Amino acid sequence: MKTTIRTFLSVFAVFMAVSVVAVPPANAVVEIDINKGNVEPLPIAITDFLSGDQLGANITSIIAADLERSGLFAPIDKGAFIEKISNPDAAPRFEDWKVINAQALVTGRVTKEADGRLKAEFRLWDTFAGQQLAGQQFYTSAGNWRRIAHIIADAIYERLTGEKGYFDSRIVFIDESGSKEKRVKRLAIMDQDGANVIYLSDGRDLVLTPRFSPSRQEITYMSFAGGRPRVYLLQLDTGQREVVGNFPGMTIAPRFSPDGQKVVMSLLQDDGSANIYTMDLRSRTTTRLTSSSAIDTGASYSPDGTQIVFESDRGGRPQIYVMGADGSNPRRISFGDGTYSTPVWSPRGDLIAFTKQSGGQFSIGVMKTDGSGERLLTTGFHNEGPTWAPNGRVLMFFRQPPGAGSRLFTIDVTGRNERQIQTPNFASDPAWSPLLD
Amino acid sequence: MRRIQSIARSPIAVALFMSLALAGCASKKNLPNNAGDLGLGVGANGAVAGSAQDFTVNVGDRIFFDTDSSVIRADAQQTLSKQAQWLQRYPNYAITIEGHADERGTREYNLALGQRRAAATRDYLASQGVPASRMRTISYGKERPVAVCDDISCWSQNRRAVTVLGGAGS
Repeated sequence: MKTTIRTFLSVFAVFMAVSVVAVPPANAVVEIDINKGNVEPLPIAITDFLSGDQLGANITSIIAADLERSGLFAPIDKGAFIEKISNPDAAPRFEDWKVINAQALVTGRVTKEADGRLKAEFRLWDTFAGQQLAGQQFYTSAGNWRRIAHIIADAIYERLTGEKGYFDSRIVFIDESGSKEKRVKRLAIMDQDGANVIYLSDGRDLVLTPRFSPSRQEITYMSFAGGRPRVYLLQLDTGQREVVGNFPGMTIAPRFSPDGQKVVMSLLQDDGSANIYTMDLRSRTTTRLTSSSAIDTGASYSPDGTQIVFESDRGGRPQIYVMGADGSNPRRISFGDGTYSTPVWSPRGDLIAFTKQSGGQFSIGVMKTDGSGERLLTTGFHNEGPTWAPNGRVLMFFRQPPGAGSRLFTIDVTGRNERQIQTPNFASDPAWSPLLD
Repeated sequence: MRRIQSIARSPIAVALFMSLALAGCASKKNLPNNAGDLGLGVGANGAVAGSAQDFTVNVGDRIFFDTDSSVIRADAQQTLSKQAQWLQRYPNYAITIEGHADERGTREYNLALGQRRAAATRDYLASQGVPASRMRTISYGKERPVAVCDDISCWSQNRRAVTVLGGAGS
């Protein structure tokens, strides 16, 4: 356990210098409007970064995979390339790239510094305008080469879409193994592309619903440790675990406030009701936010911290409600057929994602924060538990087909581009980290 | 159960499926379920009177719920009345009531629903004379299914509250 935490730490506590190499003010011709309903993926040529070994090609393959998986880019097969880049600092022969319809071109170089660090440089070119759009260099420890690739992919994504990327981020989730009646669930963390899986628990205790702190290397989750199911905090840098609050019953459904200072959760009370509480992590004071005889759970803060969305069956079946962060003025916002649960507020503030049950099917959907404009992104036997990418453009959720274990998927907020995330075993309860930077 | 599953996916055979499903689950021997209804006397099946096995086999350690409901059904009331009699006869057992939900709900809501079922079960036992101080509740939500398949017959087996005998005298 200790070693995995340390390994994780070394990955997280990376020193990284970023400097702009020469970004001439460019009037980008090539750009993607990701607000359009149906985007044709942008053809992009990503050349192997120059390096003395395989590392350059490894980094570019990760950049290409990130961009391809976003659904917004179509990396061109390297076999079609005409020009062989020998000097990534010099302008490429744009004609050679226009001929193969590469609207954007990425070139770069990886070198090992004398102190052992890696230096990665890249340039992004607009081939039809014949100009450089971006150029940056990054330093990191040698073991951290995948992160360099994700950071460069984010830079390319941002330059071409005008939106922040989400590739340099992680997922905390529940790894599931064993038979369905005796499922072993382990807390695990991985890069957003499924690489670098690290286990944070040994499977002895049932663990559920982990969530990242927005501001610290910390997660909150629920564990049945010691036969007392409660909400815990786990410090990722030290491995230290602690119970959140001193409640008389089970606590479930934890989530951090946007400033990372509070955990909101539900207390399962003796009378069978569930009410929402917060605990201030500094002062250790707990505050009760709802007082109903119903089940109030699944609380999630708005990104400005002023409101909380939650699910409640106070009206009969589970529906979505919004209230002030102090519990004031709760109002129902979901009114469609079926039941709604697991609401989660978009980091952009504009949408609430949810799980909807209707007609024996489970959907992932989004609605505006007043409940209008409901759209279902995917529907099937069982889809559950959406979590937002840091840029609010992509959702991850888990899907359980009949008779099988669950797997993680991503889908655009537009409902396009559904992709499965590779995990070592079955997986559920994903939660997306903020951008790491 | 496999045959039942494939039938279940055909909407034409819904009525047939329902009857098969009931037959299928009745034959499941590993689910203790109101064996006392069969008229077995204490000790008739080898269980020592007052033992956990006696409770599970001859009284019935679990009750079932309708979808999304924590209402104690008539059949469950019978089982709980027997449980209460037995628990009063053997007062040294502390008990834990586990609430469970089927898989057709979301994780957190199901944890709360399991707690609501456990609390309703505890309250019913208390109304039948079992001291509340002997009982604690826990919810496993949808995390501990006993019947594993993907049709209604299984889900109904998983919507349950199980009375588990804890340490004697504790």
